[in-house]
Amino acid sequence: MADPALQRPDMPFSQPAESGTVSGAGPVAVPALVSLRGSGETSDRIFKLAMVLCGAAVLGTLLLIVYELVLRSGPSWHAFGFKFFGASEWDPVNEKFGALPFIYGTLVSSLLALLIAVPLSIGVAVFTTEMCPIPLRGSLSFFVELLAAIPSVVYGLWAIFVLVPILSNYVEPFLAKVLGWTGFFDGPPYGISMLAAGIILAIMIIPIISSITREVLMVVPRHQREAALALGATRWEMIRVGVLRNARAGIVGGIILGLGRALGETMAVTMVIGNRPEIAKSLFAPGYTMASVLANEFTEATGDVYLSALIEIGLALFIVTIIVNALARLLVWSVTRGQAVGTHA
Amino acid sequence: MPENAAVHAVHHVPPIALRRRVVDHMMTGACVLTVAVVLAPLFAIFAYLVYRGIGSINWAFLTQTPRPVGESGGGMANAIVGSGLILAIASLIGVPLGIGAGIYLAEFGRNRFGDVIRFTADVLNGVPSIVVGIVAYAIVVLSQHHFSALAGGVALAIMMIPTITRTTEEMLLLVPRALREAAYGLGIPRWRTTLSITLRTATSGVITGVMLAFARVAGETAPLLFTAFGNQFWNLRVSQPTAALPLQIFSYAISPYDEWHRQAWAGALVLIVLIVSAVAAVRIAVRHGTFGAA
Repeated sequence: MADPALQRPDMPFSQPAESGTVSGAGPVAVPALVSLRGSGETSDRIFKLAMVLCGAAVLGTLLLIVYELVLRSGPSWHAFGFKFFGASEWDPVNEKFGALPFIYGTLVSSLLALLIAVPLSIGVAVFTTEMCPIPLRGSLSFFVELLAAIPSVVYGLWAIFVLVPILSNYVEPFLAKVLGWTGFFDGPPYGISMLAAGIILAIMIIPIISSITREVLMVVPRHQREAALALGATRWEMIRVGVLRNARAGIVGGIILGLGRALGETMAVTMVIGNRPEIAKSLFAPGYTMASVLANEFTEATGDVYLSALIEIGLALFIVTIIVNALARLLVWSVTRGQAVGTHA
Repeated sequence: MPENAAVHAVHHVPPIALRRRVVDHMMTGACVLTVAVVLAPLFAIFAYLVYRGIGSINWAFLTQTPRPVGESGGGMANAIVGSGLILAIASLIGVPLGIGAGIYLAEFGRNRFGDVIRFTADVLNGVPSIVVGIVAYAIVVLSQHHFSALAGGVALAIMMIPTITRTTEEMLLLVPRALREAAYGLGIPRWRTTLSITLRTATSGVITGVMLAFARVAGETAPLLFTAFGNQFWNLRVSQPTAALPLQIFSYAISPYDEWHRQAWAGALVLIVLIVSAVAAVRIAVRHGTFGAA
């Protein structure tokens, strides 16, 4: 934290120097010298062209993704139009396709994950930045980031053999007894359910939300904290008034970034959600998500309409995650502007 | 320091302070609790991996191919090698392109087009991996008419590029401008300066980015489902369906056989050891590397 603060005063001096005399003299004078030897200018031009092409390849990849998705979802779009997203029938045999159960499953599992993950992530971030003894800070954030390094399929494996039995033996019967009257916790407690998908997603997005929140909290100026304390605030009041309130937009950005990850997450969810295209009110019932139906049915899809219906689901998922991610980046950027945040994951 | 001040202030405030102090302690307790709740699954997952995995890893697991259902024994050697093959293809495509794009952004990208590329890389980073799989299927598999290691490699390369691009850019920008100017002053052409001075100085930072990208895609399953597809036998040909460790874990985990479950845990342990050692190596390299300050 000390480094950027130390470097900042130099900026006004070094920047004019860069754009003015020093670099002005460099690139102008040196190529002139080098080109006398005959090699510099051509190879420089070739080098720059190669680098521009690499940059263009990044843009090209994205355009290719859009092109392929739009092109190949065409047959389904022509057959069903907008009704595709409102119909809840998924019948490959009779070639009737509607994406509503998958959209519902994706939304409910992701929102459930946010509901669990947001308070936990903010708590962890607040503890790491404001309460934790400084020697512990590094290892604590290392452990939380280790959660992000575990592959999705390993989460799924653990969820099948550990989480799901715990849910069906202890958690779900308990929830049914206490909250069964709401209708959200109703039905046989098989464990394989929307609830299991939400919980495993929550564990997976906690590192994202908490690391962004931590970075955002760290750029809140120190004097905000000191001012709150000087007014006689307790530590919690200082955190609430001086820190969290200032970092609000960035925290929301982190949450939305977590949502983006949850929406597109495939393997762990596929392994525990039950994969049944139905819309049920109870969280104990199995569901199906947009990503899961792609994972399960893509290689088995026979017929153009079936395949293109799946690709159209992929296109919808792509558009939603792009919007969600762009929104999140803007929010995080609005808080941490001018600071090097997110340099190391 | 701030903590002392807070405690000090509380002692001097009139009776209402009790409620505030209780709230303060409760919230502190709540934050500690969240840390415990978050770390619990982490330790549970690692403990379970070691507990279930370590007993199943043996020489056969590391050297043999899968046996048919019902026969015990066999291993995931072909999947481990297949993963290596797919990751090698992904790195061959993704690393040069990603570093090149990063160099473009850092050295030539202070303009409109640079901003577009920067935003594109961030967007690409958020594309769900299963969607990347669809696109690799459409581009490679449909034109080759069958699943292949190449298609899997292309899918993973697409996922590696944005991470490498953005970290390379950030690391190059940290190299002091004076170094470049010194090189220009000695009459070294720009391309040579960029490659031998700037990139050289930022090497350990760039490697960090590459390793992070590598660790991220090494465990990816979704983009391989309909590109590499999986294979029960040995395959080293780029144009053929290939087994991969995450794919094998997935298909064994959802199977109904105990023997396969056991092997899925062993595979998961091997996979996680590979990934965690890559991440740990990066952390150590960054701490001790020439570019430690970054």
